[in-house]
Amino acid sequence: MSAAEEVVAEGHQAVEAVPKRAMTLGTGTSLVVLAALLIVPLLVKNFIIFQMTMLLIYGLAVLALNILTGGSGQFSLGQSAFYAVGAYTSAVLMEHANLNYALTLPISAVVCFGFGYLFGKPALRLSGVYLALATFALATAMPQLLKLNFLEHWTGGVQGLVVTKPDAPFGLPMSQDTWLYYFTLLVTVAIYIFAVNLLRSRSGRAFMAIRDNEIAASAMGVDVARYKTLAFGVSAAVTGIAGSLGAIAVQFVAPDSYTITLAISLFLGMVVGGVGWLPGSFVGAAFIIFVPNMAESISKGLSGAVFGVLLFLVIYLVPHGARQIAILGQQLVGKLRKN
Amino acid sequence: MELFTNQVLAGIATGAIYACMALAVVMIYQAIDHLNFAQGEMAMFATFISWQLMQWGVPYWASFVITLAFAFVGGVAIERILFKPLAKAPVLTNVAGFIALFAIINSSAGLIWDFTIKQYPTPFGSSPFLGSQLISTHQAGMIGVTVLLLIALYFFFQYTRIGLAMRAAASVPESARLVGINTSWMIALGWGMASAIGAIAGMLIAPVVFLEPNMMGGVLIYGFAAAVLGGLTSPFGAVVGGFLMGIFENLAGTYIPGVGNELKLPIALALIISVLVVKPAGLFGRHIVKRV
Repeated sequence: MSAAEEVVAEGHQAVEAVPKRAMTLGTGTSLVVLAALLIVPLLVKNFIIFQMTMLLIYGLAVLALNILTGGSGQFSLGQSAFYAVGAYTSAVLMEHANLNYALTLPISAVVCFGFGYLFGKPALRLSGVYLALATFALATAMPQLLKLNFLEHWTGGVQGLVVTKPDAPFGLPMSQDTWLYYFTLLVTVAIYIFAVNLLRSRSGRAFMAIRDNEIAASAMGVDVARYKTLAFGVSAAVTGIAGSLGAIAVQFVAPDSYTITLAISLFLGMVVGGVGWLPGSFVGAAFIIFVPNMAESISKGLSGAVFGVLLFLVIYLVPHGARQIAILGQQLVGKLRKN
Repeated sequence: MELFTNQVLAGIATGAIYACMALAVVMIYQAIDHLNFAQGEMAMFATFISWQLMQWGVPYWASFVITLAFAFVGGVAIERILFKPLAKAPVLTNVAGFIALFAIINSSAGLIWDFTIKQYPTPFGSSPFLGSQLISTHQAGMIGVTVLLLIALYFFFQYTRIGLAMRAAASVPESARLVGINTSWMIALGWGMASAIGAIAGMLIAPVVFLEPNMMGGVLIYGFAAAVLGGLTSPFGAVVGGFLMGIFENLAGTYIPGVGNELKLPIALALIISVLVVKPAGLFGRHIVKRV
């Protein structure tokens, strides 16, 4: 334990290098999934539609984390804070300023982008565990900040705010849940396409260069500070939109819905879906929504333990998440075609 | 001024708890290079074992020793059974494994011993220490044990063959293997020791925060923060970080207006982050130079 400086060769990387082509699904598969997502709500009950809406919303939040971690290689345990800011922005605008719900989404995206960008500035000097701690601090502080007295007029304090659920526009013959589902789906598809294109763009390549080797990236002329903060900003903006949609779907915001537990769930969703594989975000979201319920139905007293065991099973079978299954499937299809 | 000294003293007393936990965190970080999120739960489980032994009539120190042995074996077993298969998996997958372990231990403890709060005895008594109202003999004893533990660890790592082997396995695994060190077992040994140190921390903390399955939640966060503040590579730094953390927290609660119990943690964390921005490797951490 000498204090002498030690030279360590670059060992294993914190985040795996995923080539950008491996980050998305093929066009054909994407269209099939989209068609399924469009048709299913016509066949199922309102409660299931609500759960599918939540799946898309959490999927967006996991996707945002995936852009940050899988794309630019930065950890964050503070996503719940951005989610909360988005949710509160929408709730306050809708309830106090009577703004249309759809118009609140871009506003919360902008607010969260600014917030994430500013947070990314001091976080620049931190990486790995240290960054995890800094973002963790943000996540623990957020619920307390929302409870502060002088904000109570706007935020409703501990009680939170009730949000009205929007009706379907133009007199469309569908329930509020169904309409909200299609609205969320539209936003999700738009953001998904945006994310895919972002990672294929110049900025996306810069993110990945930083993820794979920061020093080499800066030697090649990538402005490391700029792209790292940009990744934080974009991730926060997408999380904020997810938060807004979440507030509208649940019809309620309260400080204690946005604790560190939410951030940890989103993190688990990313790992289960496969770090750096964008479609996996939605698989991960399904895991964090349905598996806890499943665990509860297997054993009430031991639901936590059952959840833990299931999580262990998943990471033993597919340590690289759902991405691994997708790659296997692709290889299988390729083989069948050859024969 | 008297208020200030009193608050610093009280801070040192709570800091001892954090220092203990931070020491366990650093131990495992040295061995496996990750922060173990389930560390606190492992400590809680061990503390429950010792409580159960005492309920069955085993005297305090006997149950203390049995629990330490149990925690050591348990730590090694968890590494061998659960985490060795994940050795080649990505780092983030390992972190998910820690979260799973956390859920399993927490929920099992809740089922076995339920969630009611239990009293836990102290071997040091709880009368005022040297006439001071702020530090009880238990807290003084806790500080004493932490310091002893630190000295013992220092000698273990600095002057024993196995301590040297563990250091080698942690810092340069490839070269360590080449000189004949079984690095895989060194990791298991690290888990065992970290688990045992965590158990000591748990048994010392339990009289203060009372025994229940969620007792470690808050403590572990402070322990992590303290370890990061002191520098994750330095056990000495972790202990100093623990005490500083306790003092920070108390002073923030006293001098910054409007800080209730709930804002103490965010403020302490914010302070740590400002320290990290200036000294990214922590106060006593080694600066690691990367080769491109």
